Amino acid sequence: MLTKSKLNAFKIAPYVFILPFILSFLIFYLYPIINTLIMSFQQVYPGQVEFIGMKNYQKLNNPEFKVAVKNSLRYTVYTIALLIPIPLLLAVLLNTGKRHYNTLYRSILYIPSLVSIVVAGTVMRLLFASSSRSVVNTVVGVLGVQPRQWLLAGPHQAMILLLILALWRWVGVNIIYFLSGLQNIPDELYEAADIDGASTLQKLWRVTIPLLKPTTIFVTTISIFGGFAMFEESFILWAGKPSPNNVGLTIVGHLYNKGFQEGEMGMASTIGIVLLIIVFFLSISFLKIFGFFKDEGKR
Amino acid sequence: MKRFMLIAVLLASIGTLIFAAGAGEKAAPAVGTELTFWTFQDIHLPFYEKMATLWNKANPNRQIRFVGEVLPYEDMHTKLLVSLQAGTGAPDIVDIEIAKYPNFLKGNIQLAPLNDVIDPIRDKFVTSRLDIYSKDGKNYGLPFHVGAAVIYYNVEILKAAGVDPYSIKTWDDYMAAGKRVLARTGIPMTTLEVTEHWSFWPLIAQQGSDFLDKNGNVVLDNPTNVRTLQFLKDMLNSGVAIPTPGGFHHSEEYYGFMNDGGAASIWMPMWYMGRFTDYMPDLKGKILILPMPSFTPGGARSAGMGGTGTSVTLQARDQQLAKDFLIFAKGSVEGNHLIWTDLGFDPPRWDVWDDPVMKQANKYTEYFVNDDIFGMLLEIKDEILGVNINEKLPAVIDRLKSTVMIQALQQQNRTPAEALREATELTR
Repeated sequence: MLTKSKLNAFKIAPYVFILPFILSFLIFYLYPIINTLIMSFQQVYPGQVEFIGMKNYQKLNNPEFKVAVKNSLRYTVYTIALLIPIPLLLAVLLNTGKRHYNTLYRSILYIPSLVSIVVAGTVMRLLFASSSRSVVNTVVGVLGVQPRQWLLAGPHQAMILLLILALWRWVGVNIIYFLSGLQNIPDELYEAADIDGASTLQKLWRVTIPLLKPTTIFVTTISIFGGFAMFEESFILWAGKPSPNNVGLTIVGHLYNKGFQEGEMGMASTIGIVLLIIVFFLSISFLKIFGFFKDEGKR
Repeated sequence: MKRFMLIAVLLASIGTLIFAAGAGEKAAPAVGTELTFWTFQDIHLPFYEKMATLWNKANPNRQIRFVGEVLPYEDMHTKLLVSLQAGTGAPDIVDIEIAKYPNFLKGNIQLAPLNDVIDPIRDKFVTSRLDIYSKDGKNYGLPFHVGAAVIYYNVEILKAAGVDPYSIKTWDDYMAAGKRVLARTGIPMTTLEVTEHWSFWPLIAQQGSDFLDKNGNVVLDNPTNVRTLQFLKDMLNSGVAIPTPGGFHHSEEYYGFMNDGGAASIWMPMWYMGRFTDYMPDLKGKILILPMPSFTPGGARSAGMGGTGTSVTLQARDQQLAKDFLIFAKGSVEGNHLIWTDLGFDPPRWDVWDDPVMKQANKYTEYFVNDDIFGMLLEIKDEILGVNINEKLPAVIDRLKSTVMIQALQQQNRTPAEALREATELTR
């Protein structure tokens, strides 16, 4: 009895329940973040570690890092521009119509996200290979277009290839998010809209989209994270070599090059810290603009 | 029934896994000290396996169990760098490619100095090949080859165009011959790498220039290099050369293209011979190996484009054994013979160059038009100019791969001078 009351008095139970999270957070997140912060002021070679002040940060002022930031930013903006409206509309379509077919379509659209990026990227690279016998070159050949070196053709085509890959892979996942959001919208609202004589388009615009706002904010936020963290796609698409003219160089790609290709772990840590700051500010300001915190506060 | 099927499928997949795992290790006998080895080039592995068998025959008291693994180029170097940094997980012996080697000479070097095993036979080696894998007088890597740059002509195409390859002495002759080949057959004379540096490096090295100077400073944008890159650009714009399908000479696309008679020639180091025999079987009997054209009459006709330094890591379980085996594999006379007969590399020990075995027929003399490939090499042995390997090299080569070649040659949105200057500023 005594122990029980003691437990209650000190309110140990809640702490016990959150302990696993706190521990894993401390060991696997906070400690590495602090260590990375320290390493970002160091030159780290095997057995030789020395503080070099802000030198790593000063070195970031170079064209390559700027290209990386620009590419990551462009990729993020484009993926958001594509991966919000398209899955939203598909989800709305899948939420109406015959249930039987919907399950089939849902599965088909979801399967790509189960494929490993390495496999998908390699398949993509082979599809778009520069040989005149590659699949894509054969197809465009039938349409009367000259075979091309797709992967070497320049920034626009490179970005398009990366976006095709992202679209193929992530549409299904985002559809799932939007579908669950749609299921939370009460039917009464649609019935009321019907009685008022609203058209399908009006219902979409006036009922569905506003009520999906929380889902949209969530999907956009994770897309910001995903967009800035993109690395594997471009790494695999150019077979692990530096992409021509750095068209596929992202911030994480730059981090990888510095840390693991050139052995500059200190410099890589610096890039990681800058990436953390960029993503933190972008997502906070995004959430602020769309009133995410305000809603929370009201309740 | 359903459950039975499920179990059957599961068992089958587990079985496949076991077989797949077993297949990789079948070569290792059960006794002896285990020596693990990583390489990025699958052609290298059988050589070491053969040498391990020879070692076990010669050293009954110091048996080894050689376990080799082939990993993709970038992956292997990344994995090695991380495991050396972490202090655990590295193999006993490892092949490190020349462009990556300086990365492993930073900080407290995690590779074992090989001086004690090299010293007894040091005077037999081409010393410049040992120097590239060294720091402060300590040798950390054993070379595979001299890596003399040569040119491979497709004689069938040249014959159809009425061009005699032996008459091509200078690069101007080569350009003229290329125009003739293009006009008569419609086939480009050669392909130029736009995502790697092998079309560019030998050409500047044979003129005594380089990416870095002797002291390790970046001299990528010096006048010779600018002029040479401009020469490559002219070659492309006149149609004599085309950008390599797939971007570089080790891509699947290129092997297929060349195998079908896509281009009349290619210049690459000697070690590229193995790529012909292994990946371009249809060109058997059609390829002639000659020294490269020179820029000036009487100028150097080759350059030493080394490739791979093999090192022992400090994490090796039995460092002395690993070192002794390594010097046996790459430093013994038998090993150097095998480097030629099996791998087709020009061995780094000069005292074997006159041995009869170098003149005997092997799979390379069978494949190539030349009867005496090595005799051709001996003829140019004093013209094989070396290159400078230093800490900045990996960064310079990365810039060549990612920007310089593609900007100056394929997209031509920068002049050769601009592209080289930008890369120089980035790496200096």
